[in-house]
Amino acid sequence: MDRRSFIQVGAALALGVSSIPAQAMRGAKVVVIGGGYGGATAAKYIRLLSKQRIEVTLVEPEQSFISCPLSNLVIGGSRSLADLSRPYSTLTKQHGITHARDMAVSVDPVARTVKLAGGSVLSYDKLVMSPGIDLNYSSIEGLPEAQRQGKILQAWKAGPETIALRKQLEAMPDGGVYALTIPEAPFRCPPGPYERACQVAFYFQRHKPKSKVLVLDANQDIVSKPALFKKAWSERYPGIVEYRNQHKVVAVAPSEGLIKFDVHADVKADVINALPAMRANKIATQTGLANMADGRWCGVNYQTFESSAAKDIFVIGDAIQVAQLMPKSGHMANNHAKVAAAAIVAQLSGIEPNPQPMLTNTCYSFIDDRNVVHVASVHEYLATERTFKVVQGAGGLSAEPTELEGSYANNWARTIWADMLE
Amino acid sequence: MRPYPILLTLFALHIAIPVSPAHAAGDIEAKQLYVQSLAATCANCHGTEGHALSGATVPGLAGRSADELVAQMKAFRSGERKATIMHQIAKGFSESQTQLLAEYFAAQKR
Repeated sequence: MDRRSFIQVGAALALGVSSIPAQAMRGAKVVVIGGGYGGATAAKYIRLLSKQRIEVTLVEPEQSFISCPLSNLVIGGSRSLADLSRPYSTLTKQHGITHARDMAVSVDPVARTVKLAGGSVLSYDKLVMSPGIDLNYSSIEGLPEAQRQGKILQAWKAGPETIALRKQLEAMPDGGVYALTIPEAPFRCPPGPYERACQVAFYFQRHKPKSKVLVLDANQDIVSKPALFKKAWSERYPGIVEYRNQHKVVAVAPSEGLIKFDVHADVKADVINALPAMRANKIATQTGLANMADGRWCGVNYQTFESSAAKDIFVIGDAIQVAQLMPKSGHMANNHAKVAAAAIVAQLSGIEPNPQPMLTNTCYSFIDDRNVVHVASVHEYLATERTFKVVQGAGGLSAEPTELEGSYANNWARTIWADMLE
Repeated sequence: MRPYPILLTLFALHIAIPVSPAHAAGDIEAKQLYVQSLAATCANCHGTEGHALSGATVPGLAGRSADELVAQMKAFRSGERKATIMHQIAKGFSESQTQLLAEYFAAQKR
């Protein structure tokens, strides 16, 4: 009857694999690379779950976290970046985490050390890598130069580029075209591009009603919540948003405002927001962790998120090779982090990692400044298949955009930021 | 590579090794860790260890009666209690998981 009875816990309980007392764990060192949704959560939960017995250093160059989720609202004009920022200092004050404000430049998995840009070297017993993604600019001809010159922006990591993209839209004359190009999945934040189209349309509708949003998608169809986004575009933004599928960008020429495709005719736009293919961040790839999908993503043992390429290194968040129907989202990274944190605490205490970890995911998308839709899922680890699968019958979508879900989306953001940072 | 799925391994060892009191003390930590890890999947919306933020529109779970939490989850699953999202999430957790979660949150200080 009960497909996931917790008999496993009982078995582990009776088994008594834990014989190493807490002192063994005391003073163990964990280094976390990256202070995003994954890394900050991992740092906090390793402290919580180890009852503050494990020393944690978070390597993150910024003073404050800026959320990617909700940053499309900055582009739409209803939020500021400050609304989406929280300091890292609470992790130090409340949880005793050392914040190394620096970049990790290399990892030695044999010596178990991390070298920082400032020259210092951190040694670790366990390393958490939550490095996020790199954008592969060179996958589109002309993009590396256009990107360096600030002519074509991505704004796929919230920060100064988010503001810069908003400024490009503000400077665009009414009647202009904003083109958003989307790479083939998988990419960070599956509903993100489509939410961004809504947000730019929301801005145009009120301030530049003759302007257009052109969504040029390399995929067969909208990657996340297709029916909800299509309905929003046709009912709320008629004549503003146009969606074209199977449009794979091969080149851009910003001086002429041109976008070139593999098969379709060229498109002209005033503001080009080209999202190139994505892959695991450089620190993960150069450490040799990106052993999946032709070196794009990092393989992990899903029970613990320990790298399948290097012992004692745990990779979480957008950089991993995902399991079936697992989105590259902030919420998912936060959940990866908790499984990895529990596994690290278990390993350092000499007990078996949780035989049956669970993950949840919720992605809220803002259709305008207050109406929201969601997609949700629950994922269970299946020991027999050594992977996560979605629990059948669970999860689902909103019926329609509502303000009630808008209030829940805002609550989700505040709460998950506190869950990772406070 | 493990020769057997972990559950089978655990069961096999369970039969083979008698449990001593010293082991049992350590094992409570293991169970606590698994339950904390399970409960952490609720924290994104309900707050760390079930503590909602002040002014939250989603209720906290800490310090509520286990029976009430189990009944609510059941009502979400059956559709008796309407929701935007929780009916979808509730279906992802088994009854025994729900019981463990409810007991965990009931034991947290409000």
